[in-house]
Amino acid sequence: MTIRRSTVLALAMLLVAFAATPSWAQTDFSGEWAPRFWEDQPERVPGPELGDYLGIPISEAARMRADTWDASIQTLPEWQCRPHSADYIWRGPSNLTISKEVDPVSREIVAFHAEWLRSVDRPIYLDGRPHPPEDALHTWAGFSTGKWDGDVLTITTTHLKEGYLRRNGLPRSDKATLTEHWMRNGEILTVMTIINDPVYLTEPFVRTTDYELALNQRVPPYPCGIVQEIDREKGKVPHFLPGTNPYLTEHASRHGIPVEATRGGAETMYPDYQEKLKTLPAPPPLTQVPPSAAAQPQSGPAPAAGRR
Amino acid sequence: MVVSRSHVHRLLGRAGACAALVAAVAWGAHPSAQAQPGVRVLPVRGNVYMLLGAGGNITVSVGRDGVLMVDTGTEGMSDQVTTALRGLQRQLDLRDPLPIGGAETRSTVAGRNIEAPAKPIRYIVNTHVHPDHTGGNVKLRAAGRTFTGGNVAGNIADAGEGAAILAHENVQVRLLTPPAGQAPAPADALPTDTYYTDTMKLSHFFNGEGVQLIHVPAAHTDGDSLVYFRGSDVIAAGDIFLTTGYPIIDRQRGGTLNGIVDGLNRILDLSIAEFRTEGGTLVVPGHGRLSDSADVAYYRDMVTILRDRIKNMVDRGMTLEQVKAAKPTADYEPRYGASTGFWTTDMFIEAAYASLGGPKAPPAPAAPPARGRR
Repeated sequence: MTIRRSTVLALAMLLVAFAATPSWAQTDFSGEWAPRFWEDQPERVPGPELGDYLGIPISEAARMRADTWDASIQTLPEWQCRPHSADYIWRGPSNLTISKEVDPVSREIVAFHAEWLRSVDRPIYLDGRPHPPEDALHTWAGFSTGKWDGDVLTITTTHLKEGYLRRNGLPRSDKATLTEHWMRNGEILTVMTIINDPVYLTEPFVRTTDYELALNQRVPPYPCGIVQEIDREKGKVPHFLPGTNPYLTEHASRHGIPVEATRGGAETMYPDYQEKLKTLPAPPPLTQVPPSAAAQPQSGPAPAAGRR
Repeated sequence: MVVSRSHVHRLLGRAGACAALVAAVAWGAHPSAQAQPGVRVLPVRGNVYMLLGAGGNITVSVGRDGVLMVDTGTEGMSDQVTTALRGLQRQLDLRDPLPIGGAETRSTVAGRNIEAPAKPIRYIVNTHVHPDHTGGNVKLRAAGRTFTGGNVAGNIADAGEGAAILAHENVQVRLLTPPAGQAPAPADALPTDTYYTDTMKLSHFFNGEGVQLIHVPAAHTDGDSLVYFRGSDVIAAGDIFLTTGYPIIDRQRGGTLNGIVDGLNRILDLSIAEFRTEGGTLVVPGHGRLSDSADVAYYRDMVTILRDRIKNMVDRGMTLEQVKAAKPTADYEPRYGASTGFWTTDMFIEAAYASLGGPKAPPAPAAPPARGRR
């Protein structure tokens, strides 16, 4: 059998190519990514409606926190520049940059950095470092380490500050941990997030989100300044006293969903619940909440004379 | 019959006795003092470190000027605290070794590999009176030293013995006049330098920064101080701020819920976040993990909201039992609540109810008068 010279050359090049590819082939997630709102657009862009907890495995404590939450709390100086935490930021309407750190000797990717508009740098360490002690500072990004499962990067995040499951007051505690699976299929990045929260969830809360490669994208800076947004007495924290929030059934009424279903809980996550849904009473008709009712429930100490 | 602490708590709670009484008996037995053996060291920033596991959290500044401690933990942990401090000082020597080589006549050879004596503990600050924060005063003060001279050293022979202990005046008063049945603290445990105004500043930089004590009236107790490391931008909050549970209101020693809210807001007033509401000013709680202003703000929100709920119930004339039955803390319960142990949810509600003027609340005892002043 005669082997042609060009064939030998081609085989040799192939051999070199294979030799240059490490056996631990790592998917490269670095690049500019734009969110695609194929899932849950109403929640992610305009934002969730008040009182909509449907499909989320919240605990009774979480339900009460959300029921007594007043959106005006976001105007407190301490919260005006709060970014979404690592678990929620995927769902926000922000563009994403992922950069990679490469070890100059091994040429392995030792960390990815994910950074969204309006957020903080979030390192994901792949170099085998341990998580900090439990008593260390908690942050919006948490502390993340990743390991490869084939082409899938599985990330474990601890040390999260308190955050939220949705932007309607559903809390997520600082005792929660986050597991993510990053999957890249060509120009599509799919991320599955799994939140375990012993305080505010009764079951793991699983979501998937898609991003698309955006070669012409550049995430701009987003400085944030704190101002006095509302003239209120010092020390006041907006909230509703239990049982006084007038907005909790608006979502049910507007969309014709039984109120009980909007209260959420693990049961409402599963397909079987659709059968129960048919048996539940219709929501009350939508009524306009008078502005006085909205302003009334914010409680707090009586303002001091000559306050502020 | 064996009576457990939780049994005593239940009995007292049922009798409507003040939670503060139980607290006075059980102080020093805080769970964090027992949960994990050994003292853990956590770097905070610059020369400032946090020691956990010795009772209440201890904040220390360790450097070339020596050691300044904020609180001393429980008495039984003093030796471990001393060991941890020595370890920190050795780290400092390794990180910042003295120059090798010097003047012609001063060979460094002889000193190699010989450990220098530890820089002394020079200052102890007590954030408040409780023994999980002052229990180590005697031993750790004795391990320290005060540099003095001139007339002071000439006239007061023991002026240089032991570290100085700084605290608000009410800490000294409370240590000397404990609740009935408890012995006054020994002389060596008492503050050597007290203040009765809003603030007290160390008269000079220590390890490269100013240190300021800020009094928060009638909060956890009536003698609380925040300790502000102004260069490192670290605040040691004492028990005004915890990450482990609801705020502890020691009514018997002049604590109030509104004072705690004011104290938390004071911490926030002092704090500046580094970026996006995190980092920047770091806060060491009396118990629990290292925090920043966002963590304090979450806690402030929680305490304020619970205060407002309970105050609303008090104003509506609800009895203590009715308030408890209404479960005003239910949404925070899985995070901060406890049904057994040192400070239960019931105790918090009882103290909050009384502090907010609940109809059956006994008046909080007034602080004994300070001695020899004003």
